[in-house]
Amino acid sequence: MSGLQEALLSGAFSVSAELGPPMSADAEFVRKKARALKGLCNAVNITDNQTAIVRMSSIAASCLTLSEGVEPIMQMTCRDRNRIAMQSDLLGAYALGIRNVLCLSGDHQVFGSHPESKNVYDIDSIQLVRALSDMKKKKCFINGKPMKFPPEFFIGAAANPFADPYELQMIRLHKKIEAGAEFIQTQAIYDLEKFEKWMEDVRAAGLHTKAYFLAGILVNKSVKSIEMSAQVPGIEIPQELMNRMRSAQSAEEEGKRIALSLIERISKIQGVSGIHIMAVGWESAVPEIIERSTLKSKS
Amino acid sequence: MIIADQKPLDEVLGYLKDYKNIAIAACGTCVTICLAGGLAEAENLAEALRIARGASGRPASVRVFSLKRQCDAEFIEEADLELRWADAILSTACGVGVQFMAERFQVVLPGLNTTFFGASRDAGLWTEMCQGCGNCVLERTGGICPVTRCSKSNFNGPCGGSSKGKCEIDSETDCGWQLIYEKLKSLGKLERLYEIQEIKDWRSARDGGPRKRVAPLSCADELAVEQNAVDWT
Repeated sequence: MSGLQEALLSGAFSVSAELGPPMSADAEFVRKKARALKGLCNAVNITDNQTAIVRMSSIAASCLTLSEGVEPIMQMTCRDRNRIAMQSDLLGAYALGIRNVLCLSGDHQVFGSHPESKNVYDIDSIQLVRALSDMKKKKCFINGKPMKFPPEFFIGAAANPFADPYELQMIRLHKKIEAGAEFIQTQAIYDLEKFEKWMEDVRAAGLHTKAYFLAGILVNKSVKSIEMSAQVPGIEIPQELMNRMRSAQSAEEEGKRIALSLIERISKIQGVSGIHIMAVGWESAVPEIIERSTLKSKS
Repeated sequence: MIIADQKPLDEVLGYLKDYKNIAIAACGTCVTICLAGGLAEAENLAEALRIARGASGRPASVRVFSLKRQCDAEFIEEADLELRWADAILSTACGVGVQFMAERFQVVLPGLNTTFFGASRDAGLWTEMCQGCGNCVLERTGGICPVTRCSKSNFNGPCGGSSKGKCEIDSETDCGWQLIYEKLKSLGKLERLYEIQEIKDWRSARDGGPRKRVAPLSCADELAVEQNAVDWT
C-alpha cells in the first residue's frame, strides 16, 4: 500500500506537493527539490510534461524522488502515449517502486514546445482510471487478458470545482470515482464559498466516502503570478484576494498568508482529507507553508 | 463533403518547374463547393502560373480541364485523351482524386491540401464534423461527434481545459462536450452521460491500416447504376 493511501486511511489530514521535472537530464535538479520536501508532505506529484513542454519523464523523475525518500504521485496524461505504451509504462513504474498514479487528460500539445506533434488520445483519463482499476481488481490488461503480477496503484484523478457547466463537471466526478479513482486532487481553490458548496454536493452524493479529496492550494509569489492564475480556465479569484496582493507591502508574504488562511479554513471542511499545494515556479515556498500551517506530516 | 485548401503558389511552381505543358484538372464536386479546386479556382490558378512562368523566363502552356469528379474512373476516362497532351497534370481535386488520377497518368501533382470532412456552416466557412473513424457513436452523443469535435477525442466528457463553452486550444472553437451536454439536456437524456464509455477499438479507423468497402454482391450492379445517376451539381 502506498504511504499516501495509508495516511489517508488512518484519517490523518494529508499533504501533497508538486515537483516539475527539468527540461533536461539533470538528476540533481529533481533530487534537490525532492530533498527540500522530505518529511514535510505525504507525497509529491511528479508532472508529466506539463503544459506539453518536453521534460524529464515522470517515471524517471518519480524514481529519483523515491530514491530521496520522498513518495511520488506519478502523473500520467493521455496526450502522448497509446494504450500499449501507457500500460507498459505503468508496469515499469510499479516495478520501480512507484505506487501512486494521477490520471489526467493532459494539456493539448498546441500550447507546448512541440506544437507540430501528433496528438494521441487513444484513451481518455476516465478510461485510464478504469484501466488501472481493472489491473488491480480484475488483474487484467485493457484487452481483458489476464496478467500474473498486476500493478496495484493507488489511483488518483483530478477535479475542478469551478469549471462549467457545473452539472456536467459533477457527472464527470461521479464517473471518475465509479471508474475507480481512490483520491481526487482539485484545481486551485481561491473562492471558498464556491468550494464549500461543491463539497456539500460531494457529500450529498456520498462521494467523499468513496474517494479522498485533496483540495488544491496555489501559492502566488507576486501580483503578476496571481493575475496569471486568474486567467487559467476554471480558476476564479475573488476581487478581495486580488486587492490584498496588490496593496501588500510584500507580495511574497501576502501570497503565503492567503494560502495559509485558505488551508486553515479548507482543513475544517467536512469530506476534505488533505491539501495539494502547488507553487508554480516557487517550490521553495512550499516547506515554509507546510511548517507554518501546522500541517507537517508525521511521516 | 471533403474540404481542401489551395496550396501556396510558390510550392506548386516549385514542383512544376521542369514541365512545359501543364494541365490543371479541376474537380466538380466537393472542392468546387468549398471553393478550392473547382473550374473557377483552376482558371485563376492557370492564369497565375502563366504569369509567374512568363516572368521567370520559362513560359509554360497551361490548360484547364474540368472533370465531373476525379474519384471515379468513368469521369477520368472521359477526359483521358485530352489530358494526354500534358507532360504534367496538376489536379485540384482532393487527395483521393490526385491518387486516382496518378494511377492512370504518369505525372500527377497535387494543387490542394486536403484537410477534412466538413459542412458549409456559413458563406465561406466550413467546419470539421467527422473523422471517418468507422464506428459511429452519434446515437449516444446527441448527434455531435466527440472523436472529431473534442480536441482530445474524449469519450467521457470534457477535459479540464473547457471553459465557458470553449475549447482550450482557442477561444473560437466550441467545446464539443459542451455541445453534447446542451443537446442531451434539451432531449432530457443527461443520464446518458453517467455511463462510462468503453475504450474505443480504433481498428475501424485509419489505425487498422488502409480501409476498403466492398458492396454486397447482390446489389453491386444496382448500386453502380444508381451512383452514376447521382446529380452532384
